[in-house]
Amino acid sequence: MTGQDVRSQGGRPLIEVRGLRVDYGIGPDAVHAVIDADLTLAAGAVLGLAGESGSGKSTLAYAMTRLLRAPGIITGGQVLLHDGTGPPGEQPATLDLLAADEGQLRELRWSRIAVVMQSAMHALNPVVTIGAQLTDVLEAHKLKMDRTDRRERAAFLLEMVGISADNLRRYPHQLSGGMRQRVMIAMALALEPAVVIMDEPTTALDVVTQREILTELAALQRDLSFAVLFITHDLSLLVELADSIAVMYAGRLLEQATAAGLYRAPRHPYTLGLLRSFPPLHGARKPLTGIPGSPPDLRTPPPGCPFHPRCGYAMDVCRTEMPAAFWPGPGGGRAAACWLHDGTHEVPAELAVPEPGTRSPGAVTGARTWAEAGTGTEAGTGTEAGTGTEAGTGTEAGTGTKAATGTRP
Amino acid sequence: MTASAGHGSLDGAGAASVVASRPALLEAREITKHFPAGRRGAVVHAVDGVSLALPAGRITAIVGESGSGKSTLARLFARLLKPTSGQLLLDGQAAPAGRGGRRRYARQVQMVLQDPFASLNPVHDVRYHLTRPLKVHGLGPAASLDESLAALLERVALTPPERFLRKYPHELSGGQRQRVAIARALAVRPRVLLADEPVSMLDVSIRLGILNLLAGLRENEGMTIFYITHDIASARYLADEIAVMYAGRLVESAPAISVTDQPAHPYTQLLLSAAPDPDRPEPVELSGRGSVPSLLTPPPGCRFHPRCPHAMEVCSQLPPPPAEVAPGHVSACWLHTPERPAGTAAPAERRHDGPPTRLADDPSHQQGRPTRPALRHPPFSRPRHGQSKEAGDEPAGH
Repeated sequence: MTGQDVRSQGGRPLIEVRGLRVDYGIGPDAVHAVIDADLTLAAGAVLGLAGESGSGKSTLAYAMTRLLRAPGIITGGQVLLHDGTGPPGEQPATLDLLAADEGQLRELRWSRIAVVMQSAMHALNPVVTIGAQLTDVLEAHKLKMDRTDRRERAAFLLEMVGISADNLRRYPHQLSGGMRQRVMIAMALALEPAVVIMDEPTTALDVVTQREILTELAALQRDLSFAVLFITHDLSLLVELADSIAVMYAGRLLEQATAAGLYRAPRHPYTLGLLRSFPPLHGARKPLTGIPGSPPDLRTPPPGCPFHPRCGYAMDVCRTEMPAAFWPGPGGGRAAACWLHDGTHEVPAELAVPEPGTRSPGAVTGARTWAEAGTGTEAGTGTEAGTGTEAGTGTEAGTGTKAATGTRP
Repeated sequence: MTASAGHGSLDGAGAASVVASRPALLEAREITKHFPAGRRGAVVHAVDGVSLALPAGRITAIVGESGSGKSTLARLFARLLKPTSGQLLLDGQAAPAGRGGRRRYARQVQMVLQDPFASLNPVHDVRYHLTRPLKVHGLGPAASLDESLAALLERVALTPPERFLRKYPHELSGGQRQRVAIARALAVRPRVLLADEPVSMLDVSIRLGILNLLAGLRENEGMTIFYITHDIASARYLADEIAVMYAGRLVESAPAISVTDQPAHPYTQLLLSAAPDPDRPEPVELSGRGSVPSLLTPPPGCRFHPRCPHAMEVCSQLPPPPAEVAPGHVSACWLHTPERPAGTAAPAERRHDGPPTRLADDPSHQQGRPTRPALRHPPFSRPRHGQSKEAGDEPAGH
């Protein structure tokens, strides 16, 4: 979590999305749902993809996995899967998922890349028991397993996500929403994939259930070290659980940075606006502005930067030309697609907050919950050391919070 | 929350009276709503004995998970539902009865629904939506209609008004639709606005706009607002007071900042520990597990006790009375009851990451007695408690 390079977070790149373009429909009426998306998911890391409804975040995920349905069309780009199964040290085999044929995809899906959908009620078959749905995937992919093995594995998977194996014979409607979502996660992990794509997995759940599932997911991710692409509209949640975050708006990726970097020192005005849209749970109550206006209709996108009609910093160039991704700040560890950062403009102070250092207290520990949770947690060890440590973290957290409120006037 | 006649400072209307330092414009007293379920006379205990006052000119938020009864409570306030028992008071008087009475009531108490995509009629334009309540309530002479419609749209910041009057819902964004829904509620010049999750269906970046609009109505026009939400952070941002609801009962109510900064009730603490918070210095440790109980057969005693990390024996036997833990801060938890029933003690250890709570001020708590002595029969000396030996029932006679 040094913040040196967004793309080297967590390890070697596992999936690289390059210049991905997705349209809905063809011809002049086509809606450009994803435009020139570049994204790198590192092995064992958690990448958060934040965006409002209609920003193209789910489309991006479906296109990446070739799950996109008509009228969605992938019109360009590459999705490179670097298969890590080769011998260590050697360049791993690389496959362009967009060029892969159905046979290759069938082999990859679920065993290398699994997806957890938002609505667990609709993703599970209501007339088939949980156990049958869990063993189904094993039957299709693990030909060597026999019936008993599959049953055992299914029971193991359920217990792994905190559901007792008695539930194998139950139907989805007999489970609560949180349990259904756990079943979905168990199913996704059935073949120990390298990547799990989660599309708003907890949005429909209550906040306590959401937290339970996320905590469990973090533990599983730590143990099984799969990579996660976590899609959500809740940026405040991502800051807590992701290693790095990409922010999407109107089909474009506007900013990418480490979770702490994005939260403490946003570079894109949209990110700043989003962060100012979440009322904090601490500190004095201050009026927040949110973002004026509403997201554009993608059928008639504004020219230039899609955010310019709502942007307080919009300049003439923003109205005509879409900025490329710039790499502001020392080290170039992050990308922001905003003209303010092209090097010729004076960047407003709130968009030029220094990148949080490696020892930035709250942020780093927060990010650690995923990357290194368990290893560096002194919390809850012993009461003797507790007094000293608590005092320390207390002050540190205090400064961290202050810094945060400073960036969010 | 049980009304607590003879309970120290909580004389009168129970918890509500403490929150309402101002006169209550709208007040529910011991209001209960049970929905019939199935054939065997089973009922869903959606709202059980809730007393809550909405002080005039203030924003009162109610926070709870789905199934906590918060929307049912809002519908009771709006008189869309008939309470099973309990009273609804408007300006201290019983809400007017009869058809005319209901109409008079509706003129003063209006509701904004959660989903602006469903609450507006797709075949009618904005003008129709805003004119309809005026006609129904016999307001607004035709001569000044255009002016009053324009004024309405300006109040919800849909300007210029003439651009919006002829639009149909599908031509508007989610935020604009919700503004129309609010304008429709404001059309009859109500004194109370019941807003049931008004921003949860909207995009993150436009939620603040709606919340600020509500805050402006309170600030500039003295509107009394009841804000229902599952998002405790937004309640903290918008509301003057927050009441927390769990499984049909109120568990805590206090000024907004007190609830989030010094949560007293274990459920509120659980809710806060689960809420997304980027400033959290440490990984979350949830204080309490499990899920919301069945409302068909709610747990006896305190409804939170099966999940509560501090549960004592008394908690599974009797519903806790509301107790004032700080001025204006009421919590319905046995931990906070000054006269704890004989033979019980506070639990020794509390594992709570958040800021120090009022609990910590409780000397018996700091001493940390690890034992939880078994409760003897009869558990209470006070006759009030003696009445309600049936677990899960409210004390009778309110």
